Amino acid sequence: MLKLDKLSKTYATGDTALSQVSFEVPAGQVVGLIGPSGAGKSTLIRCINRLVEPTEGTITLGDTDLARLQGRALRRARRRIGMIFQEYALVERLTVMENVLSGRLGYVPAWRSFLRRYSPEDVSRALALLEQVGLSQHFNKRADALSGGQRQRVGIARALEQDPELLLVDEPTASLDPKTSRQIMRLIGTACRERNLPAIINIHDVMLAQQFTDRIIGLQAGKVVYDGPPTGLTDAVLTRIYGDEDWNQMRGEEATDEAPRTPEVDLAEGI
Amino acid sequence: MQAQHAQPFPTRWKRPPVLFTHTVWRRVIYTGALIYLVLAMQSIEIDWQRVYMGLDRGWKFVEGFLLPDFTTRWHDIRAGLIESLTMTLTSTVAGVLVSVPIGIGAARNLAPAPVYLACRGIITLSRSFQEIIIAILLVAMFGFGPFAGFLTLAFASIGFLSKLLAEDIEACDGSQIEAIRATGASWWQVVNYAVQPQVMPRLVGLSLYRLDINFRESAVIGIVGAGGIGATLNTAIDRYEYDSAGAILIIIIAIVLVVEYSSSYIRRWVQ
Repeated sequence: MLKLDKLSKTYATGDTALSQVSFEVPAGQVVGLIGPSGAGKSTLIRCINRLVEPTEGTITLGDTDLARLQGRALRRARRRIGMIFQEYALVERLTVMENVLSGRLGYVPAWRSFLRRYSPEDVSRALALLEQVGLSQHFNKRADALSGGQRQRVGIARALEQDPELLLVDEPTASLDPKTSRQIMRLIGTACRERNLPAIINIHDVMLAQQFTDRIIGLQAGKVVYDGPPTGLTDAVLTRIYGDEDWNQMRGEEATDEAPRTPEVDLAEGI
Repeated sequence: MQAQHAQPFPTRWKRPPVLFTHTVWRRVIYTGALIYLVLAMQSIEIDWQRVYMGLDRGWKFVEGFLLPDFTTRWHDIRAGLIESLTMTLTSTVAGVLVSVPIGIGAARNLAPAPVYLACRGIITLSRSFQEIIIAILLVAMFGFGPFAGFLTLAFASIGFLSKLLAEDIEACDGSQIEAIRATGASWWQVVNYAVQPQVMPRLVGLSLYRLDINFRESAVIGIVGAGGIGATLNTAIDRYEYDSAGAILIIIIAIVLVVEYSSSYIRRWVQ
């Protein structure tokens, strides 16, 4: 279980990215984190595994306070938290297998990882995960030889190779087409249910968030302005999170076709 | 649509000047620069008689080049070449071995501030002296011969390679480093898994380029007594044996060409 208590982050520039964020995520729950650009979604996720240093507050995973850890203890905590990135963040010149096995780096000594001598369990787990995400043919290919959807599958396998207690997901579908986006979201959802794994998915697409998460947290200017079931995202709530917009139109369009509006239509609208 | 506007849009557009935005100042600065250039050119003194004498000697050199004599001094040339090639290879290998740790230490995104400053200091020291000056100093310290040459070239290689390697490390894709850190990897593992794959092609390319430079430099520093083909060349010129000197120059050109072509082939292969 993950518990955030009064988490705040102020950057050195004086910008407040998060103020007094508190919530709990029980085991197995998939949380969608939505909000406008710059609301602090990425900062929140990165504070949890300390890629960004929080200014105040506590982050409790199991019974460890993540916000206070340093050095080796921090690395031991990080290996319990899997992370999936926006632009996949695979190491492009390494093979798919090396990318997946890098999920074990927090567990193996440096000389073993340097010589790529992973234990039989690590190797078979990696191959099983690649099979699960549908990439069993590609394990010796270089990561930059894969398509966007395939790369994100490798990203998922890398995070699961850590055998994590928590999954942090940062805009997993931002650079993927609608169909692949759905497949990726479904894959993440299945993985979480199978392992009873809690997840925080930071996502721009409200429709995807509603469809694939158990709970929605809405962030606006660093504050939680909505915390509830996906069905509770009424027009009033969306306006509170994002500001004024014709939300009905968004729903209607999303339901009929998902093609982005062409600039021509935008121009006509302006006149 | 145009009819709605009271005034038609302007039809002419010019890119605003980037450097001197004020029109009068721009003209003053450009005219001043031109006047300075003309005055400076007039201050050059040319002794045309001396140039004419030199032409005669230069022509002898061209003749020597056209009819190179490989045989008369072949023993000296061979010995010089072997010495030069040995110096080149050993100094490049030594230079690469030392510059990798210094380059990593001089990368701001990997090294803590004191290490960074120390490594940048070493780089600045190595880069502030031209090879010939270092060679004169080391020849005075270690005597004539290839050992002084080896030290000179290795020292110069360190500054060159570490600086460019450090810059390449700093230009690495941060998200790949972040992803590896997020798995709980230690510093060594981050270097091995996230940084090394990104900079390896460039490191190989730079090392080969340095090999090429070191060979050319070995011909120059030989003139100040640091051994190698440069010493042979110097002797040939001192004895007015322009045909032997021509032969040496042709061999140097041929070797540089071979290194150039093979390095571009190897670079493509490691990409």
